[in-house]
Amino acid sequence: MAKNSQIVTPSDFTPVEYDPQYILMVNQLKKYFPIKGSLGKEVGAVKAVDGVTFNLKRGTTMGLVGESGCGKTTTGRVILRLSGEKTGGQVLFNGQEVYDMSKKQMRDLRTKMQIIFQDPFSSLSPRLPVGEIIGEAVKEHGVVPKNEYEDYLDQIMDECGLQPFHKDRYPHEFSGGQRQRICIARALALNPEFVVCDEPVSALDVSIQAQIINLLNKLQEERKLTYLFISHDLSVVEHISDTVGVMYLGNLVEYGDKKDIFKNPLHPYTKALFSAIPIPDPKAKMNRIVLEGSIPSPANPPAGCKFHTRCPYATERCKTEVPHQIEVEPGHYCVCHLYDK
Amino acid sequence: MAKKHPEGYLTAKEARKISKANRKITNELEKKRKRKNVPESEYVTEMKNPENAVEFDDLHTYFFTDAGTVKSVDGVSFEVPIGKTVGVVGESGCGKSVTSLSLMQLLQRPHGQILSGAIRLNLGDKVYDIAKTPQEAMQKIRGNQVSMIFQEPMTSLNPVFRIGEQIEEVIELHDGEGKTKEDIKARCIELLEQVGIANSEGVYNMYPHELSGGMRQRIVIAMALACNPKVIIADEPTTALDVTIQAQILDLLRNLKDKINSSIMLITHDLGVIAEMADYVVVMYAGRVVEKGTAEDIFEHPSHPYTIGLMASKPVVGKQVDELYSIPGKVPNPINMPNYCYFKDRCDKCIEACNGEYPCEISLSETHKVSCYRYYDQKEGK
Repeated sequence: MAKNSQIVTPSDFTPVEYDPQYILMVNQLKKYFPIKGSLGKEVGAVKAVDGVTFNLKRGTTMGLVGESGCGKTTTGRVILRLSGEKTGGQVLFNGQEVYDMSKKQMRDLRTKMQIIFQDPFSSLSPRLPVGEIIGEAVKEHGVVPKNEYEDYLDQIMDECGLQPFHKDRYPHEFSGGQRQRICIARALALNPEFVVCDEPVSALDVSIQAQIINLLNKLQEERKLTYLFISHDLSVVEHISDTVGVMYLGNLVEYGDKKDIFKNPLHPYTKALFSAIPIPDPKAKMNRIVLEGSIPSPANPPAGCKFHTRCPYATERCKTEVPHQIEVEPGHYCVCHLYDK
Repeated sequence: MAKKHPEGYLTAKEARKISKANRKITNELEKKRKRKNVPESEYVTEMKNPENAVEFDDLHTYFFTDAGTVKSVDGVSFEVPIGKTVGVVGESGCGKSVTSLSLMQLLQRPHGQILSGAIRLNLGDKVYDIAKTPQEAMQKIRGNQVSMIFQEPMTSLNPVFRIGEQIEEVIELHDGEGKTKEDIKARCIELLEQVGIANSEGVYNMYPHELSGGMRQRIVIAMALACNPKVIIADEPTTALDVTIQAQILDLLRNLKDKINSSIMLITHDLGVIAEMADYVVVMYAGRVVEKGTAEDIFEHPSHPYTIGLMASKPVVGKQVDELYSIPGKVPNPINMPNYCYFKDRCDKCIEACNGEYPCEISLSETHKVSCYRYYDQKEGK
C-alpha cells in the first residue's frame, strides 16, 4: 500500500503547477484570524483554515462536510477572496493566483466566481425589489447590452423557477424556498463558472430542499457549472457531490471520490461522522461510534494530530507528530498516522 | 375602477372589523380562563385508556389574527402511551409546535386559544384536562409533570444567570419543600452528572455563553428532567446541533427516558431521527394528522401521499437516485383552507372522490390510521 504513497509535507511548502483539467486548485491554504488583546496587541490567532489542499475538476461538484466551527465556510470565503488576505498557500482559479490580482482584475473575476449564502432570510436586501437584487450586478458588469437587459432578467428568473411578475416584489413577500431561488438567480445572472454553495438548503424544509437540490443539479447540467457545496448534512452531500472533503478543525482530514469516501471511510473522524447519521429505517442496526466531547478551540488546537483528543485509535505518536496527507487509494487522500506505514 | 389586489389583501376597514370580532371572542375566552377558585370537578376527567400518558382528543387551537383566523391545529387526535416515544413529523407551519404548546398552555395569548377538544394528562392519581385547567393549577404541572426541551439551546437559557441558579430554580419551585440549600445543590449536581457533564462542579458556576451548543442542550435537558416529569416534550432538540453531537444527545434522551420511565413527545422534521427514536409516529400536514401508526407501519408501509412524498424527497446515505422527488406546489394558506382534502392540490395520486369534503380517518390496521380517500374501500362497514 505504501509503495505509491505520496507524502505532502505541510512545513516545506511547494507551489503547484497549473493543470488545465482543474478549474480550481487549492494548495496548503491557510487563514488565521488574529486575536487582539489589550491595546490592540496580537495575542494569538484562530486557525480557521490550516493547510487545506484539494483540486476541483471542471463541471463537477465537491462537497465539503464537517461540524460547525471546523472552517468549512471560511474555506469557501477565502477561495473567493471575501475575507481579507490569506495567511498562506495558493488558490489557483483557471491557473491564476486569486490573491495576486489587481483590483480591476479581481472585479472581472468576480463574475466568474459566485456564492450562494446560507440564510436566504438575511442575505437579501429588504429594501430592494427582486428584479433589482438579481439585476444589480448584471447592470454593473454589463453582462448584456442595455436593450436586452429585461429579457435576460426574465430568462434567468424563469430558469430558476421564478415568475417574471415577481420582479417588482420585495423579499419579505416570498417563502424560504423562493428566496433561495432568488439567491441562486442572483448568483447565476453573471454567468459564473464556479459557485460556492454555502449550506444552501440547511434553512429549508425537507420538501423544499428537494426542489432546490434538483434546481442546482439542473442548472449545473445546462451551464456546466462547478460547485463547491458546503453542508453539514451528509445525505445531501452524498446526493449532489462527485468528490467529498471532510474537514476537522481547519484541516481537510479526508478527501476523495464520493463513492470511496462513503463506501470506505478511512479516517477515524469520517467513520464516526458517518456512523452518526440517523437512517430513516427503524430496523436499521445501529453500529454507532459516539465521539466523546466536542470540537476543541481552533485558537488553541491540540498538538500533533488535532483529532487525537477524541480519536478512539489514538497512539503516543498522534500526540506529538503532525500527520501528512497520504494517497491511500488512487485519488483517495487521508491525513492519519494509521495509514502511514 | 376597482384596484386589483393580490390574494388575501384586506382594506383597513376590513381588518378593523375582523380585529373587533376577534377581540369579542378572545375576551370571552380570557374571562373564562382568569376565573378564580375553579372547582376541581371542572377539569378532572378520566382517561380513555389508562395506559396513556397524554391523549389529544379532537384538539382545535386557533389564532385570531387581524388578517383572519388561522386554524393552526384543526382536529388533532393522538395518544402518547406511558414509557413510549411518539414522534411528530411535518413541515414548518403544520402545527406540530402549536400542538405541544397547547399541552404546556404556553400559547401566545390572547390571540392563540384552544377552542375545543381535550388534552387529557395522566398524572397517576388524577387526570387533568389541560384545555380547561386554570392557570393556578397549570403552574404546578408545567415544568413539574410536563416539561419541554426547546429547539435552540442558544436562546432558551438566560444569559445573565449561572447554570446552577437556573436549574435550582426549577427544583426549588416544584420540589423544594423541606429541602435545604445544600440538598438542592446536591440534586442539581446529580442532574448535571446524569446528563453526562464531566466537570459538573465547574459547570454549576458557569454562564451559558461559556458552554458549547451540545453542552447547553444538555443543560436544558437537565432542567427538563429536574422533577422527573411524566411527559417530556422535545421540540426539535437536535436541529441546531451537529450530527456527532446529535448522536450523543439522542443517546442521552433514550437512556434517561428509560431511567425515569417517562414518555417523550418528539417533534422534528428529520425522518432519520424519528426512525431511530420513536415507537409511534404521527405525520401532520396543515394542522391535521394525515397518518399515524407505529414506526414500522409508517416507514414500511407509508400510505398517505404526503408521507410517501416526504420520504422520497429526502436523500438517504447509501441510496443513489438521479433526481429527488419533490412535492409540487405549496401548503395552502392557513387563513383560507379549502373544504376538500388539504393535500389534494399537491397530490399526484388524486381520485375522483378527492373532490368531496375532508376525508375521515381510515384504519388500515389496529395501529395504522390514515386520512385519504384512496383507502376508503378498506373501510369496514360505516
